[in-house]
Amino acid sequence: MNFYSRWVATKKPNYDFIRLRFFAFGLTALLIVGSFASIIVKGFNYGIDFAGGILIEAHTTGGEADLHHMRGTLEGLKLGEVSLQGFGNTGRDVMIRVQKQAGDEKAQMAALGKVKEALGAGYEYKRVEIVGPKVGEELKRDGVLAVALAVLAIAAYVWFRFEWQFGVGALIAIFHDVITTFGLFSISGLEFNLTSVAAILTIAGYSINETVVEYDRVRENLRKYKTMPLYDLLNLSVNETLARTILTVSTVSISVLALLVLGGEVLRGFSIAMMWGLIIGTFSSIYVSMPVLVYFNLRTGKETEEAETAEGGPAAAP
Amino acid sequence: MLHYPRWKIAMVAVIAILGIVFVFPNLLTREQADRLPHWLQPVSLGLDLQGGSYLLLEVDTAYVVREQLTSLVETVRTTLRKEKIKYSDLGAKGDHVNVRIIDAEDRAKARELLRKLDPDAALDARDDGAMVLKYSEQAVKARKMAAVDQSLEIVRRRIDELGTREPSIQRQGEDRIVVQLPGVKDPDRIKSLLGKTAKLTFHLLDDSTTSEEAGRGRVPPGSMLLPSAEKERGMPESYVVRKRVEVGGDMLTDSKATYQDGRPVVSFRFNAAGGKKFGDATRENAGKFLAIVLDEKVISAPRINEPILGGSGIISGNFTVQQAQDLSLLLRAGALPAPLQVLEERTVGPDLGADSIQAGTVASAVGLLMVAVFMVVIYGILGVLANVALVFNLILLMALLSALGATLTLPGIAGIVLTMGMAVDANVLIYERTREEQRRGRSILSAVQHGFDRAHATIFDANFTHMIAALLLYIFGTGPIRGFAVTLGIGIMTSQFTAVNITRLMVAIWIAVRRPKTLPL
Repeated sequence: MNFYSRWVATKKPNYDFIRLRFFAFGLTALLIVGSFASIIVKGFNYGIDFAGGILIEAHTTGGEADLHHMRGTLEGLKLGEVSLQGFGNTGRDVMIRVQKQAGDEKAQMAALGKVKEALGAGYEYKRVEIVGPKVGEELKRDGVLAVALAVLAIAAYVWFRFEWQFGVGALIAIFHDVITTFGLFSISGLEFNLTSVAAILTIAGYSINETVVEYDRVRENLRKYKTMPLYDLLNLSVNETLARTILTVSTVSISVLALLVLGGEVLRGFSIAMMWGLIIGTFSSIYVSMPVLVYFNLRTGKETEEAETAEGGPAAAP
Repeated sequence: MLHYPRWKIAMVAVIAILGIVFVFPNLLTREQADRLPHWLQPVSLGLDLQGGSYLLLEVDTAYVVREQLTSLVETVRTTLRKEKIKYSDLGAKGDHVNVRIIDAEDRAKARELLRKLDPDAALDARDDGAMVLKYSEQAVKARKMAAVDQSLEIVRRRIDELGTREPSIQRQGEDRIVVQLPGVKDPDRIKSLLGKTAKLTFHLLDDSTTSEEAGRGRVPPGSMLLPSAEKERGMPESYVVRKRVEVGGDMLTDSKATYQDGRPVVSFRFNAAGGKKFGDATRENAGKFLAIVLDEKVISAPRINEPILGGSGIISGNFTVQQAQDLSLLLRAGALPAPLQVLEERTVGPDLGADSIQAGTVASAVGLLMVAVFMVVIYGILGVLANVALVFNLILLMALLSALGATLTLPGIAGIVLTMGMAVDANVLIYERTREEQRRGRSILSAVQHGFDRAHATIFDANFTHMIAALLLYIFGTGPIRGFAVTLGIGIMTSQFTAVNITRLMVAIWIAVRRPKTLPL
């Protein structure tokens, strides 16, 4: 028997999670309001997927990149905001972002031509992305739609599979995760692009995974302990699934950490968002989606009926 | 628990073997894999991993409609002139063509003529002689659809002519075309080839006026002022050209770049009908000038010395070899019915792709190793069994991706790494459940049995909801995000299978062989 098994065997967790609900609700409200405020006031640092514009990853073929000189050259082109950022550890890789050009798609293409011409020889273009204004708007709309639909579809499934009260709880929890992740992108100024949308949907998926596992236990315990007060029953359910929660968060964290450290530049934003999502998703599953159930009458007639068939005999009335 | 039905064991074995078979091509080099049958191929890599260009093009369907109206105006003009019917206010406005018949006695006849012009255009004649020709909505829609279909075909032909390896050209939505070109490092030449409509037409010059006169805004009706493509060679800056098309480039059958007097020229050949039309036009108009117009620019306007009857001809302009080759390519492939615009372009160089694969592989390997060690530390021998399932999960995932011909992208690799973290969740659920059941005083077998059975419903619910998210990612995602959604979705399915079936079988075998007194949980 290893140390973990001994620890679990000797220390049966029995924490009063539900008692902390007001604190948790307060924190949740604060996070949601804060996120909304930041989104409204500060907005997002949209990547070119949504804002449109040009992104170039250039690699100098001779010596190190002279960022100062490059910046001067490119700013002389009068293409609006141009940002340069060195990355990697050879000092030869530069990420160039040029803001969306006024006018249509052709204007974007022309701007790219100008940039390449101004930089001249001595550069290799490892990555070039141009998103026209029309596509940018569409991608933005599709992204919002995808997130909204995902949240609703997941909640609908939980409602269908469990009871409507659980659906509401799940909806609140995912809503919280999604909004606060949007908030994270807004506050931190982390670039918001298509990959970020993928991260948000993944977070929603992970969080609901967590919530469903706990709800499953609640449903089972509702059948098993027919007279136990809901408050205690919810606490019991969280505690019973606590070991599993910790283990799974650990393994997923390990994977995400590997991505964050070793996955390269392109996946950095994604990995950071995932890390945040793991924390916030676990928090919301335990502290939001569970305590919310206290306020619902979960023991309906239907529940007892199901319990009877499940146990294979008439159950004593609670 | 121990009595596993034979068919189930067989099923697990078959799936495991199939998994290994389909994963196997991924271990080969490109050349070795090319010799395998097409259903047994390594997973195809997205453009972000192998390098290449992605272009999203839009067909300017409004242009098609405008073109159609313009040509209707010309038909109306020639028809009325032929019948010597006096008219005024002829022109295209918005979505219709209007004309006014001046003499009241001609109106009935004009109505008859115009009605028969185009079956798709409805005629609305008013009492004061004003007539409006308007295409039905279906006709316009059909016309737009046809234009997009045709564009798709032309784009395909042009790209094929360039000899690009495994290009993918697909229609997207109503008026868009997605072009994916693996291995193409610099898409500028392709963009410039696709950016040309390559509409070639032959017109007569309008000799009733000069281009200077026309430049002052006095262009005779039925003619147009077109810029010259080669003004620097002492040629006029523009020409006044009759709008009427003598012969169109759609009647070309072949085109080649050749040399004449040591200069690159483009030779072309008409089909039978085109050859006859060209012959007639040159016979009737000997001594006049014939303008060769490409994309509304006059390439050259030679004098017709004698009828050209052989059905072939030469375009001489001030071409470089490359230009002559590109022009002949464009003429061979045919004209686009409408201009294309590049809405989105994403190009990744092959080096960066290789770097991404490297980073992704290292991240996956390290992630897998760390998760595996973690599981062994926590669950001991049962952790080892979970790890075997995890490796199988990875094999099945890669096998399914390969077999389905799905595309692996960099976010897809992230999906795989994430799946590995999530995949052991099913085993964690099962083992934790088993531990609980054991603590409640159940025997080993009963505890394991209950652990698996109870956890199963939970795993299914959790995976199913997760699947919804993956599905929506797939529906709304584009490019690499779709790749992520695919790996995530397939990963959920394979982990559902491996956690429930493979681990269960292994645990059963382990118990049968070792007959442990207690579970190390």
